[in-house]
Amino acid sequence: MILSKGQKIYQAVIHLILTLVTLSMVLPLLLFMSSITEENSLIVNGYSLFPKKFSLYAYLYILNNSATLVRAYGISLFVTAAGTSGCLLLSTLTAFPLSLKNLPGRRFFSFFVFFTMLFSGGLVPSYIMWTTWFGIRNTIWAYILPNFLLGAFNVILVRTYMSNSIPFELYEAANIDGASYPCIYLRIALPLSKPILVTVGLFSGLAYWNDWTNAQYYISDARMLSVQALLNRMVQDIQALLANTSANSGALMETPQVSIRMAIAFVAIIPILILYPFLQKYFADGVMLGAIKG
Amino acid sequence: MKKNLRRLLPYLPLYAMMLPGMIYLFINNYIPMAGIVIAFKKYNVNSGIFGSPWVGLENFKFLFGTNDAFIILRNTLLYNVAFILINNLAGVVLAIILSDVLNKRLRSLYQSSLLLPFLISIVVVSYIVFALLSQENGMMNHTLLPLLGKEPVAWYSTPKYWPVILTLTHLWKGVGYGTLIYIAAISGIDGTLFEAAALDGASKWQQITRITLPFLIPAVITLLILNVGKIFFSDFGLFYQVPQDSGSLYPVTNTIDTYVYRALISAGGIGRSAAASVFQSVVGFLMVMTTNWIVRKTSAENAIF
Repeated sequence: MILSKGQKIYQAVIHLILTLVTLSMVLPLLLFMSSITEENSLIVNGYSLFPKKFSLYAYLYILNNSATLVRAYGISLFVTAAGTSGCLLLSTLTAFPLSLKNLPGRRFFSFFVFFTMLFSGGLVPSYIMWTTWFGIRNTIWAYILPNFLLGAFNVILVRTYMSNSIPFELYEAANIDGASYPCIYLRIALPLSKPILVTVGLFSGLAYWNDWTNAQYYISDARMLSVQALLNRMVQDIQALLANTSANSGALMETPQVSIRMAIAFVAIIPILILYPFLQKYFADGVMLGAIKG
Repeated sequence: MKKNLRRLLPYLPLYAMMLPGMIYLFINNYIPMAGIVIAFKKYNVNSGIFGSPWVGLENFKFLFGTNDAFIILRNTLLYNVAFILINNLAGVVLAIILSDVLNKRLRSLYQSSLLLPFLISIVVVSYIVFALLSQENGMMNHTLLPLLGKEPVAWYSTPKYWPVILTLTHLWKGVGYGTLIYIAAISGIDGTLFEAAALDGASKWQQITRITLPFLIPAVITLLILNVGKIFFSDFGLFYQVPQDSGSLYPVTNTIDTYVYRALISAGGIGRSAAASVFQSVVGFLMVMTTNWIVRKTSAENAIF
């Protein structure tokens, strides 16, 4: 394709703009370089995009006092895995019947789901309900149950996908062959909905991994902190990192107060940075799918 | 009656499949909806939500009797208006120029970098902002301001900068999401329209204003309804985490959501917390219904429901 002079200028201008935009997106992340900067140099020069004096001390310190962080990582991973599986299971179980045109009461149940997007009781009643009726305070359930397990939006996404892209005749044929509804759900609906399941799973996983609010409301026990909750607590008190460390092992190394914040924050986004290149296509698809209304 | 039930019998497995999800929504969403009565009660732990004595509108009177009510309403609304305008404008512009990038590799590189901040938790974002603005060690005070020959600023105790800081942070984190949605809308436009326009001698600018923008309007309207419907809601993390809950910044960082949380955990604050929260839910609900109703009247195909 041969470009005219005007088109060449246009391309040059948009590349310039987009390069600047890309830099402004990515450069702030380079502040994590501060985590591999020597502590004293950091105190003199402040946080910066390039390490002036290289040091892995902050990470060595974390490794040496890893009890709290490892525990927090374990909690985050477990919550993310359990929550995402639960979300996928509940979303598809709810969405599949709603995707069938012949289900009696379909309109009522769809509305029952949809209305939760329009109106909410707010924080106070939920807080009282979860703490006094269900007693989830300081349990792993506090991370999994409130808010994130099943969202109306996910149900609608999956339902719309199933009813638009799986031909109803397929179900009818299976029905004639004597397949029960649960069997159709397992053998036909789920395998054919893979793209939307990947999307819903990714967004649910991201929500669970990144959530700090449930911990803020329901967790006070230092042994029950997830990664995000630990980070949140470390804003106020760097010593939160040492909650599970025996007194003498913590005393062996001096806490690198400044660099360690960035080190822990970086550790929290490592899974995302590792997975993003492989999953970015699905993220992008997911955002676009989410844009198309149900 | 019996006949009706027998008619439903084959569908029994389907209802059973929906049951767990419906029970979850009932507990997680519907019980708290009933729980809004708490805003009209004087809550005490022993009597629970439904057993506590009624006090009518007292909690609301108390809430709106304070100066806080005005501040949190103003902040929530003004920030949302700024966010909606700036993020959508940036999203449309970026989507248009991104779609015009011919080099596929660079295009996907630009696009991935735009979406990256969207994936980072707000807690980590608050660490990044802290690395920039920390009074003792921040990059602003240590490197950037001296470069410009300016004095260091006590960022976390100077309210006047925060409207800009929060707006930029929100733009940084959210712009990729909106851009992607608009890219999806643009990629739905028939490419031959542009070719025909170019043949007829239409300039790039004319193509954008006469073809791209008109095609984008439905997507813009849909996003606007969603945003306006949520105009009484704010991102708790952005307004709580990023300013690090700094008390001297409350005049410009306190929104309905941060107020509800802080009142809830403060002694005796549960009444005004519930009042603010119920006010938010009810007005928010009316906003969604109204915006959707207006859109349905003017351009039905863009309505959400």
